[in-house]
Amino acid sequence: MSVTTEEQKAANKALIDEVLKAYPEKTAKKRTKHLGTYEGGKPDCGVKSNIKSLPGVMTIRGCAYAGSKGVVWGPIKDMIHISHGPVGCGQYSWGSRRNYYIGTTGVDTFVTMQFTSDFQEKDIVFGGDKKLDKIIDEIQQLFPLNKGISVQSECPIGLIGDDIEAVSKKKSKQYDGHTIVPVRCEGFRGVSQSLGHHIANDAIRDWVFEGDTRKEHEFESTPYDVAIIGDYNIGGDAWSSRILLEEIGLRVIAQWSGDGTIAELENTPKAKLNVLHCYRSMNYISRHMEEKYGIPWVEYNFFGPTMIEKSLREIASHFDDTIKANAEKVIARYRPMVDAVIARYKPRLDAKKVMLFVGGLRPRHVIGAYEDLGMEVVGTGYEFGHNDDYQRTTHYIKDGTLIYDDVTGYEFERFVEKVQPDLVGSGIKEKYVFQKMGVPFRQMHSWDYSGPYHGYDGFAIFARDMDMAINSPVWSLTKAPWRQAA
Amino acid sequence: MPQSADNVIDHEMLFREPEYQELFRNKKEQFEFNHSDARVQEIRDWTKTEDYKEQNFAREALTINPAKACQPLGAVYVANGFQGTLPFVHGSQGCVAYYRSHFSRHFKEPTSCVSSSMTEDAAVFGGLNNMIDGLANAYNLYKPEMIAVSTTCMAEVIGDDLDAFIKNAKQKGSIPEDFDVPFSHTPAFVGSHVTGYDNALLGVLKHFWDGKAKTTEPLVRVPNDSINFIGGFDGFVVGNMPEIRRIFDMFEVDYTMLCDPSAVWNTPTDGEFRMYDGGTTKEEVERALHAKATIVFQEYSSEKTIKYLQEKGQEVVVLNAPVGVAGTDQFVMALSRLTGKPVPQQLELERGRLVDAIADSQAHLHGKRYALYGDPDQMLGYTQFLLELGAEPAHVLSTNGGKDWAEKVQALFDASPFGKGCKVYPKRDLWHMRSLLFTEPVDFMIGNTYGKYLERDTGTPLIRLVFPIFDRHHYHRFPTWGYEGGMRLLVMLLDEYFEALDANTNVPGQTDYSFDIIR
Repeated sequence: MSVTTEEQKAANKALIDEVLKAYPEKTAKKRTKHLGTYEGGKPDCGVKSNIKSLPGVMTIRGCAYAGSKGVVWGPIKDMIHISHGPVGCGQYSWGSRRNYYIGTTGVDTFVTMQFTSDFQEKDIVFGGDKKLDKIIDEIQQLFPLNKGISVQSECPIGLIGDDIEAVSKKKSKQYDGHTIVPVRCEGFRGVSQSLGHHIANDAIRDWVFEGDTRKEHEFESTPYDVAIIGDYNIGGDAWSSRILLEEIGLRVIAQWSGDGTIAELENTPKAKLNVLHCYRSMNYISRHMEEKYGIPWVEYNFFGPTMIEKSLREIASHFDDTIKANAEKVIARYRPMVDAVIARYKPRLDAKKVMLFVGGLRPRHVIGAYEDLGMEVVGTGYEFGHNDDYQRTTHYIKDGTLIYDDVTGYEFERFVEKVQPDLVGSGIKEKYVFQKMGVPFRQMHSWDYSGPYHGYDGFAIFARDMDMAINSPVWSLTKAPWRQAA
Repeated sequence: MPQSADNVIDHEMLFREPEYQELFRNKKEQFEFNHSDARVQEIRDWTKTEDYKEQNFAREALTINPAKACQPLGAVYVANGFQGTLPFVHGSQGCVAYYRSHFSRHFKEPTSCVSSSMTEDAAVFGGLNNMIDGLANAYNLYKPEMIAVSTTCMAEVIGDDLDAFIKNAKQKGSIPEDFDVPFSHTPAFVGSHVTGYDNALLGVLKHFWDGKAKTTEPLVRVPNDSINFIGGFDGFVVGNMPEIRRIFDMFEVDYTMLCDPSAVWNTPTDGEFRMYDGGTTKEEVERALHAKATIVFQEYSSEKTIKYLQEKGQEVVVLNAPVGVAGTDQFVMALSRLTGKPVPQQLELERGRLVDAIADSQAHLHGKRYALYGDPDQMLGYTQFLLELGAEPAHVLSTNGGKDWAEKVQALFDASPFGKGCKVYPKRDLWHMRSLLFTEPVDFMIGNTYGKYLERDTGTPLIRLVFPIFDRHHYHRFPTWGYEGGMRLLVMLLDEYFEALDANTNVPGQTDYSFDIIR
């Protein structure tokens, strides 16, 4: 029984009104601005965003440190990233984002290690600058092949008045211009991870591009040099993207930041085009490179064949006819594989309803991949999106889609209960809540330990994973037979 | 093109395909500007040396790969152990996202917890408004019976006063005046997650026993014959708590489990999400004051709580996560002494079965050398168990264990011929352990998921018996305590031994003469 769009909108409104009743009046007034239904043709999704989360509501969001250390800096593989402050932040974020890389960990590569200043009471009372100074000495001694150090500030750093910039400059001088980057990503800054991305981008601008420590690398430019920006290589995403860019004849000179090196960052201003996947976390540095070095940037989407084809053509349009022709060849080459994947999985997934709540680019970017498999995204929202994300989302969603910004645990649970999607795509904190409810679920931050999901190779895995989530026999077992209605 | 619809290849094999191998090679050669392979090899070899170990152990400021977390994690654990209780952490919100993720990755269960979401303005003006609004929102949305408040380091650095804030919130009508909000200050820069457990549990006990933050009369202790049990921070709590209850039940004694999150981290998938399930009730907490004694299973999770219980006049039996035969004997005999009842026959039977199993298998573990790391109490328990198996706990390391802990481990070494030459390492981390595994190799390692990096680097097989375990499923469902738990530990050690032996003897025609089918 199909529902008309108008009926859908009315149902959404009733649902939102119902959910808001649970809140104290003051809170309901604030939350109402973040919940809504997309009206087709409007320039954005009609919700407010990038506003402080309300206390006590169980926001899903993280903090600026998570955005800087966890997302932007952490994957840069030949640098050591110090979680500066108490032990917890580094511990909980240790190795959990699945930023794949190649290298000898602990020797020339350090991504899945937890370096911390493990602040004690005396460091809070007397300040941690001396400790940081010593930590850098110990890093230089024990990890001589590190290509740089970043200082990822945790909450206390900004509160106790430490001068990590002075320490960084001093130690950089002491170690012959070694790259040492202080990052002011204390967790209390801003309203979510998002400010952490921005701060991290600015730190790259100020301390990698502009600083005295920038290294020159022997480099011969070609007209086909591009940099992948905003791909963290989760489960190998950047690799299954890079392979396509190379296949159409481009030369990928840098990966930001999954499996990336500091040299790649330093060489990026030599690119002819920056291709930007996660707009939210790296639009800042892309804009900077455009202004400062005149490098244009283009957003792309490598989830699902429809978007991959569109993106390959878009990227190729910035280059000569050879590249354009190559793009067509690559699209044609992969088409049979893609068709076979769709032929296999679409009949099993057709018309299934999906609700998403993720971060970064995914609340919109993955929609095409679902649609390629015949599925429909009926609700979506951003953990830490801004209005420009919600504007971009309008290109992906249908009239009548339920929208929830910075959704609370309570809201999400009620929405799913009522909408009854066939699949929820969100994070680890949400996964088991919905599975208990008998709703199939995939983690869409970590790819539920699978992936890659980017590119053609990734799409096959994506399709297989969605099928195994939705069509698992386990969902027919959640109600005991003696509990099932006759 | 490696991928096909008929055979979807996962990341494990996909990136070994020639296309990707070439991609990696080109990226490395043209763009990464790495050190030469020879130089990498040189440094890699150096990290295995005595020289490197010395410099590594001389570290004073830098911590690398620690085996501990921060206080509020323990506080959230404790809140989960009380019925209908919502953990509320006052401070930055990112911390709460981390605690929830951390527990969910280990237990594969939801973990509910709210934050007061303090930001820059709260850093300047204090988080009072966040507390007022936060309590009101949490109370209305999640309908808890109790909210247990703890703090992140942000709130601690700026010096927010929980007692005053909560009272203020009640005056403002956020929550009813008589609503229970036990609290504890849990600065991340003091101690570790086990300290947070201690502080948070103490917060709950003080709240109910000492007059609810001076709003009611303190309870008067009227001693009875019941016994309390405090488990401490335990990654195997889902399996252990029911096992401990079973043992108490066998003694037919009146008892109270203080803090039991084993139900909320073990709810069924039956179509309903239970935000709260099980846990110690308020009535049980109040009743626990009158107990004649409390058994504290993990001393370092309860140091302040122990003193408090003693001040109240209770006898406190303090244990160090005793496991195996002698360890469990210690617990069981304490229970027998406290209750004045003989050890139940069933338990004696279980003991005999564990001894039987050890006798059957001890030859395989005899003299095997182990490296182990983790929380201080658990390390004491495992050390004692290894020694009774005739194995050698060669390196026993704890990041959150101090000098007095080290002395206790040393005492265990000294009491056994198998402890000779074994060493204890307080306040050390897994990068220290890495050096030890190279310079003084062992046969096996006991640790948590992070130990897999050490297994990769040093080739030491890892047995996952320490929190957190993210990369193996459901271990937490099985008890490690009691004689039954001892059986589980024994099998875990044996499985790893046999797997390693088989893997080392399976080359056809070369080593497989030892590939025995009977071991």
